[in-house]
Formats: sequence, C-alpha cells, structure tokens
Amino acid sequence: MSIINFFRSRNKPSSASIAKERLQIIVAHERGQADEPDYLPELQKELVEVIRKYVNIDSDQVQVALDNQGNCSILELNVTLPDR
Amino acid sequence: MAKILVVTSGKGGVGKTTTSAALGTGLALRGHKTVLVDFDVGLRNLDLIMGCERRVVYDFVNVINGDATLNQALIKDKRLENLYILAASQTRDKDALTQEGVEKVIAELAEDFDYVICDSPAGIEKGAHLAMYLADEAIVVTNPEVSSVRDSDRMLGLLSSKSKRAEEGREPIVEHLLLTRYSPERVETGEMLSVEDVEEILSIKMIGVIPESQAVLKASNQGIPVILDEESDAGQAYSDAVERLLGKDIPHRFLEVQKKGFLKRMFGG
Repeated sequence: MSIINFFRSRNKPSSASIAKERLQIIVAHERGQADEPDYLPELQKELVEVIRKYVNIDSDQVQVALDNQGNCSILELNVTLPDR
Repeated sequence: MAKILVVTSGKGGVGKTTTSAALGTGLALRGHKTVLVDFDVGLRNLDLIMGCERRVVYDFVNVINGDATLNQALIKDKRLENLYILAASQTRDKDALTQEGVEKVIAELAEDFDYVICDSPAGIEKGAHLAMYLADEAIVVTNPEVSSVRDSDRMLGLLSSKSKRAEEGREPIVEHLLLTRYSPERVETGEMLSVEDVEEILSIKMIGVIPESQAVLKASNQGIPVILDEESDAGQAYSDAVERLLGKDIPHRFLEVQKKGFLKRMFGG
C-alpha cells in the first residue's frame, strides 16, 4: 500500500465493512421472506382481482405483509388507490 | 449405518468438489470406510479431481436404472484402501436422478460404509435438492464474498426446511460452514470479509477455513485430493476440518498474516 493510499483510505470505511453491512441487511430481509407462508403471493393476487372489480389499480399497488409478534400474527394490507 | 454428509453451497465454483474430495480422503485416511457420490448429473467432475476419470465404466444413473450393480459402478481409489467413488452420469436428461432411485442407492451404500459424502451440484434445482435430502450433516462451502455468502444463507434455509429429516420432524441436519479461498492479507487491509464477519452474518460455526493456496490448483491439475499434499497450508487446513468433523475441538490455523522473512521479501514467494 502506498503512502497516498494509506492516507486516502483512513476516512473511508473498508470495502469489507460495506460488504458486511449490505449482507446483514439482505440476509435479514430474505430470512423474513423465507418464513412467509406459501399462500401469501396467491392471496395478494386474488386481493388485487377483488379490488380491481371496483377500483382500477395495478398489482404493485397492493402490499401484503405478515408480521409475527410473539404468538400473534398480523396480516397487513396496504392498498394505494389512484388519484381521482 | 453410515453417516450421510452433503457438501453444498448454492453458488458454483466455491470449492464443493475440492472439499468433497479432501474430506472424503481425510476420513478414509483415518480408517473410515468412505464413499464419495457425485450428484452433478451432466457436469461430472469429482472423478477428475480424484484422478479416476479414466476408470469410470458405470455411473450413478446406471445403478438407479438397474443397468449396473452398485459394486460394478463403485470405483476403488488407487491410493487408499477405504475410499470409493460413485461417478455422476454425463447424460443431458435432467430427470435422470429420481428421488426413489437416489434413496435406494444411498440406503444400500449406508449399509456398507461409515461415511457417504454427497457432492452437490450448484444451484437449488433438483440435483442439489436430492443431494441434501437424505443428509445427517451438511457442509456449506462459502467464499468470503457477497454473492457466495448470500447463497449460503439461502442454502441453510433450504437445509432446515426441505430435507427428509425436516419432513419427518426428526432432529434437523447438523450444519457446518467451511470457508475457502481465505486470504488473511486481504482481511487485514479491509478488502475481504473476515471469519468472524461471515460467522456473524450466517450465525453458524466454521468447521474449517481453507486459505487461498496454489496447492489447490496444483492438486486438481494432477487429480490428487489436496489433503494428500501434507506440506501445503490448504492440505493441513482440510486435515483440521476432518478432525473437527470427527468431534475434535482444535483451533483454526492460517488465519493470521504470515510475516515474510527478509529473504522471502527480497526474492518473493
């Protein structure tokens, strides 16, 4: 490592620590998804179809999430309705 | 009854076959009757790493289809008394391995051997699934690099949910992590994830850390499992991993930067 690199690299976080941080986030996210029940994507699809009967929305305007808190699960449904 | 091990990773090219060959040879060296089974149908390579590619007559799929007996298909290692190889088929038919067929062959092997080592193909498709389905223990091979670590985490999830043990509600597969191509120099300069980083991200213990080593390519060039190169750092690190697999608690080596002597610094090496 040259002297210039030595001083330049002092302020910046190392690339390994960036890698670690990114991995911790993505791994936590994907582990959460792995715990989801298999019916969740199907449920989301059917919900979109039902809502579409009344309001014209895109499939990405509905978010379904399952949150586990102790022994109670919360199914959260988030629908973005289009502007009138 | 044999212990069934799977060597898997998700990502390709991280050293599954090198690791299978090394661990199998190491177990045989210590007196355990061991068979290495290549599950990578269509891309067989374990035979090449073990140096027996010219002695493959019948393969795994031949045995499943009843075209050959297990004894006809098993290749005896020329160096070690206790070591056998069952080659994968080079067929392009991706449905050549069937679950019933694999279960039958592995059950037959388990009667005769102390260890059955299943060398998994990359990916999470059928071949990888079948390789880990019957396992008692899993060795997840990982490089200290983002895509490999992420894929290993996916694989750990599948190991705990999609195995026969999981389906039958038995004790889960015992999972081990094996880090390959580790470079202490690059860890020290902050360019590479450290052993502790990977352990923390995946929350699983290391059974071995194999340093980046020229011995690995040299060994595969010659068809000799790297563990037989007892002088090499990689060979010694694999030997340590075998000891840990057998239940010994020994510290990891080759994790620190080797201080170069004056002559080495002058003349390289």
